[in-house]
Amino acid sequence: MPIEVNGKSLEVDEEGYLANLNDWEPAVAEVMAKEEGLDLSDDHWEIINFLREYYEEYQIAPAVRVLTKAVGKKLGKEKGNSKYLYELFPYGPGKQACKYAGLPKPTGCV
Amino acid sequence: MADFEIPETHEFPVIPTVMEGVMSHSAPFLAKEQFQAPLGFPGNGELIEGWKETFLEKLGEMLGKYRSLQVFMDICVKCGACTDKCHYFLGTGDAKNMPVARQDLLRKVYRRYFTFAGKHFPKLVGAVDLTEEIIDEMYSYYHQCSECRRCSVFCPYGIDTAEVTMAARDILAHVGKGQKYSNEIIGKVHKIGNNLGLPEPALADTLEGLEEEVEEDTGVKVRYPLDEKGADILLVTPSADFFAEPHVDGLIGYGKVFHAAGVSWTVSSKASEAANFGLFIGNYENMREISLRIREAAKELGVKRIIFGECGHAWRVAYSFLNTLAGPWDFLDPNYPVPQHILDFTSDCLDRGILNIDKSENDWMTLTFHDSCNVARASRIGSYPGSQFEIPRKVIKAVCNNFHDMAPETIHDSTFCCGGGGGLLTDDLIELRIKGALPRMEALKNVIEDKGVTHMAAICAICKSQFTKVLPYYGMTMDQIVSVHQLVSSAIILEGQGDEDEAEADTEEAA
Repeated sequence: MPIEVNGKSLEVDEEGYLANLNDWEPAVAEVMAKEEGLDLSDDHWEIINFLREYYEEYQIAPAVRVLTKAVGKKLGKEKGNSKYLYELFPYGPGKQACKYAGLPKPTGCV
Repeated sequence: MADFEIPETHEFPVIPTVMEGVMSHSAPFLAKEQFQAPLGFPGNGELIEGWKETFLEKLGEMLGKYRSLQVFMDICVKCGACTDKCHYFLGTGDAKNMPVARQDLLRKVYRRYFTFAGKHFPKLVGAVDLTEEIIDEMYSYYHQCSECRRCSVFCPYGIDTAEVTMAARDILAHVGKGQKYSNEIIGKVHKIGNNLGLPEPALADTLEGLEEEVEEDTGVKVRYPLDEKGADILLVTPSADFFAEPHVDGLIGYGKVFHAAGVSWTVSSKASEAANFGLFIGNYENMREISLRIREAAKELGVKRIIFGECGHAWRVAYSFLNTLAGPWDFLDPNYPVPQHILDFTSDCLDRGILNIDKSENDWMTLTFHDSCNVARASRIGSYPGSQFEIPRKVIKAVCNNFHDMAPETIHDSTFCCGGGGGLLTDDLIELRIKGALPRMEALKNVIEDKGVTHMAAICAICKSQFTKVLPYYGMTMDQIVSVHQLVSSAIILEGQGDEDEAEADTEEAA
């Protein structure tokens, strides 16, 4: 089932991940978050933007340790841990935040 | 938190009342053409034309090729010893999750087309025609078996249920009903080299980050090398070790042990995956292709030894099949096991006294150990029977003061699957995963209450991810699951570690 964003119909996979990375715009994250009952704050956007930047460079979402380290550097050590990330994204920073950022779902034993 | 009931845990296991079809709705996403084709499977998530003939042809071919499958189809006497041994049955109560009933889905079709009695008197012998409904049922229930083989331990004939599941999944994939989760992952291994699809630059960046982190923590430069030609040891580890928690803490631990032992080692970007999901989908060709990457990497890098990191089914494939899949390994150093388990390596270092250990670093925890099914029931870690149970416990006890085992009927070769093994570690099967975790959660809760256990250590990437996910549903926290080498990592004191602190303390004293 496609999702409606700004009057456009965007294709997603069975789990709601964007089928085409290039379809992404900030409103996509807003729409997806709203569906899951989440209001996106600046804190959420810090993570989403970092994920997108990292993906652009490496063609994969960052490892949890890479992400927490980057967050720690940027927002202070007390936020550089997975507990903080889970508070923001209760379904898991890897999966939920990646979805909002328009990235493919991390696969494997994770 | 979930739109189904989380099973209750009890002080003693309760055998559920048998219910018909309560899990018949559970099935993983089907693989579309993009995930079928790269593995050599047809179709687009639907039955292909001529599916019935293809199914029977494939089944016939397998019966001829695998004598074991033929025997397993014929030999079951329905004694019922397996019925209450399966964690998915215990967690769901679904009648078809009794291993004998699940196997019978294939067996009754086998009987109809391959036995005299079934061909002529099907009703008398419970033989049925192959229909679309049967196919759907197989797709559902053969993805409610994690190929953990606990039932086989209790089967008086030693029927290997996992092998029946593997055969059924392979046949299903050949008629267009492949599983998305496993097939997408295998495609990534073929193309990129690991389950995650982690390309070389990202791997390099991640390993560099770990070097920085360990240096910040310890003051010691520990290396996490990638594609280093001429290294002695090739480490093949699940890609989750690069990516997820608590897996990465285990990887940090391997690096510290190698550093302390003074050996040279490397990770390969070509064989950046220990896991081999070819086993899960029961497909020999894919399993072999994945294994061959390790051979190529070992040759290209010119290593002398291969060591596997903490991964359950990978170790089964490595220990039991690597030689026939990708051997001979005559170019490696014959003085070492091919392949060797990281725990065997660490255990040996401990025996030789070359690791400096401060057990008190782990005093804030009380540990228990979850035997991973594929390690426990399909391999050894050392050279003697039972070493797969003893060596992990020995290593844990060497680095931790507080350890208690869970109930004896839930450990060693009677261990319960974490609930996410065998290619089922996917969100589309979350209900099954949570319910299937019940027996392990129950045993864990009991040692938490009786013995004050705070953490459970595991040696399998799937177990670690599965527990991280399901512990909260049972009232525990995700960080209660740890890697065994994470414990080693915390307790090991590297040469030069803490020198700065001491130097600082000296200066303060002097002042």
